[in-house]
Amino acid sequence: MSQATVAKRNNKPPSPWKSANPNRKINNPGAVPSLNGRWGYMFTAPFFVMFLIFGLAPIVYSVYIAFFNWDALGTQEFIGLANFSELVADTRFWNAMINTFDIWLLSTIPMLVMSIGLAAILHNPFLKGSTFWRTILLVPNITSVLAIAIVFGQLFGRDFGMVNIVIGALGFEHVDFVQGTTSSHIAIASMIVWRWTGYNALIFLAAMLAIPNELYESAQLDGAGKWKQFIYVTLPSLRNTITFVLIVGTIGGLQVFAEPLILGGSFNGGDSGQFSTLTLFLFEQAFVAYKWGYAAAIGIMITLIVAIVSIINFFITRRLAGAHK
Amino acid sequence: MTVIAKPNKRPKWQKMGAWGYIALVLTTLLSIFPFYWMFIVASNGTEEISKIPPTLLPGPRFFTVVNNVYEALPQFNQALINTFYVGTVVALAQVFFSAIAGFAFAKLNFRGQKFMVLFVVLTMMLPSQLGIIPLFMLMGWAGLIDSLGALIVPALVTAFGVFWMRQVIDAQVPNELLESASIDGAGVFRAYWSIVLPIIAQSSFVLGLFSFLAVWNDFLWPLLVLNTPENFTAQVAVNQLKSSYAIDYALNMGGAFLSTVPLLILFVFVGRRLVRGVMDGAVKG
Repeated sequence: MSQATVAKRNNKPPSPWKSANPNRKINNPGAVPSLNGRWGYMFTAPFFVMFLIFGLAPIVYSVYIAFFNWDALGTQEFIGLANFSELVADTRFWNAMINTFDIWLLSTIPMLVMSIGLAAILHNPFLKGSTFWRTILLVPNITSVLAIAIVFGQLFGRDFGMVNIVIGALGFEHVDFVQGTTSSHIAIASMIVWRWTGYNALIFLAAMLAIPNELYESAQLDGAGKWKQFIYVTLPSLRNTITFVLIVGTIGGLQVFAEPLILGGSFNGGDSGQFSTLTLFLFEQAFVAYKWGYAAAIGIMITLIVAIVSIINFFITRRLAGAHK
Repeated sequence: MTVIAKPNKRPKWQKMGAWGYIALVLTTLLSIFPFYWMFIVASNGTEEISKIPPTLLPGPRFFTVVNNVYEALPQFNQALINTFYVGTVVALAQVFFSAIAGFAFAKLNFRGQKFMVLFVVLTMMLPSQLGIIPLFMLMGWAGLIDSLGALIVPALVTAFGVFWMRQVIDAQVPNELLESASIDGAGVFRAYWSIVLPIIAQSSFVLGLFSFLAVWNDFLWPLLVLNTPENFTAQVAVNQLKSSYAIDYALNMGGAFLSTVPLLILFVFVGRRLVRGVMDGAVKG
């Protein structure tokens, strides 16, 4: 050991907390090099241990039992891909898939338009009481789907629901929002829109506040009015946020089950399955029919669909982004 | 954070038109109405609202309906207490585990770090119901079925919380502070305790609130694992009212209202922080 090292050591005893080798490979460019990185394993260990037991292991096991005829009573018979071939031929599955996408479309498009519109209003620096309005926007998001579905179920009631009373007052026939296919989808979509529009408006507002004012200035110099500024400055700057909201909304939208569950009062999604969704179908198979293997297969299909739709989303928005530049 | 762009700096912004305010007032009414309606139905009784046109004003029967709720399910208060307990434990645990893991992912340099972060992000994409059957079996083996433990244990830490905390620490804690602390001889624990924690206190609180709300509003999992009324959570209790009678709207809405009031009170105090949390997360996420 050289004199210099000894002197340095005497000068300052090595802390066990300090990095042993400051010149080691950089794995994390944002990290603080003088902190001992090895503690990272210990700090992240609780997360990984818990996640392995309660997150990953059940998922892996789920993939395993998807290849079995497996029920709650103890039947465990390996049947290969039979669950999947049965699923592909199951009209209830395709019905649930169509319903899920229909509800997703009916909720996503109005929600996107309204939340961007609300965000644009809140973006105006002359708005009075902006904190109040922002807070109000989040109110629908804090309650439970159950409580809201009970209220909406009553409001959409066939005979005495407020919605039908208004429809009747306008001179139209009452609509049955439970028995009908499209009408029940509208009822479910309206619950989703009510719950998430304000939340997404806040996300869009945050993104709008991050747009540099210079862009608006130069647009104004070019003679662009309010509307043109919105189309040519605001909307293009929101592209990433729209992708984000769409992907998160898709993952959530493809897993809708609580609203239809409460609207119909059972896992079958209406008398003829007119508002059965993919996740509701999974739960029905798992916890009413107790066909665990089959339900696991449905879960895998849902995951695949979520992945495919997310990838499509991603590429479409990337393509659009490229086209604009 | 809530400070918006200064109006006088950019005088070219057009003034708010009346339509903007009309849209906001309409949104406010639509946002509040379902809560108001819960109370109207619960205070009027099912017969009163089954008229055309229905009443839009509070009625005199609210306490009768509340009594009916407690008669139908005497454990309703216990359910609220249970939910509060589970929510608090889960919120504290999530903040603790997410903050230390997020700190490590943001500020520490260790092998496999990149891969681990990618792993966390990918797991957030997985639909939560994918593993629900094995998780149910796991709870059975662990003897946690029909206990609050079945709600607490799987929820102690989430990939979302870890990722969120990583973003927060990355954005809010300057490396220079940590550098100078470690030059002064502070180790990882000291640096975390005396520098990182005070800075992220606000964001941790927001994460805790969101975890608490998620527990309070979770519906299907408690319904699956809880059987005896003493162990019910608020949502299971409300659902119980629904199934034990032919649609009695007043009773259902009374239960829904009772289970929502605590959240509304909480929201009065923390609403603005939640808004900030949502908007902060949006910019970084």
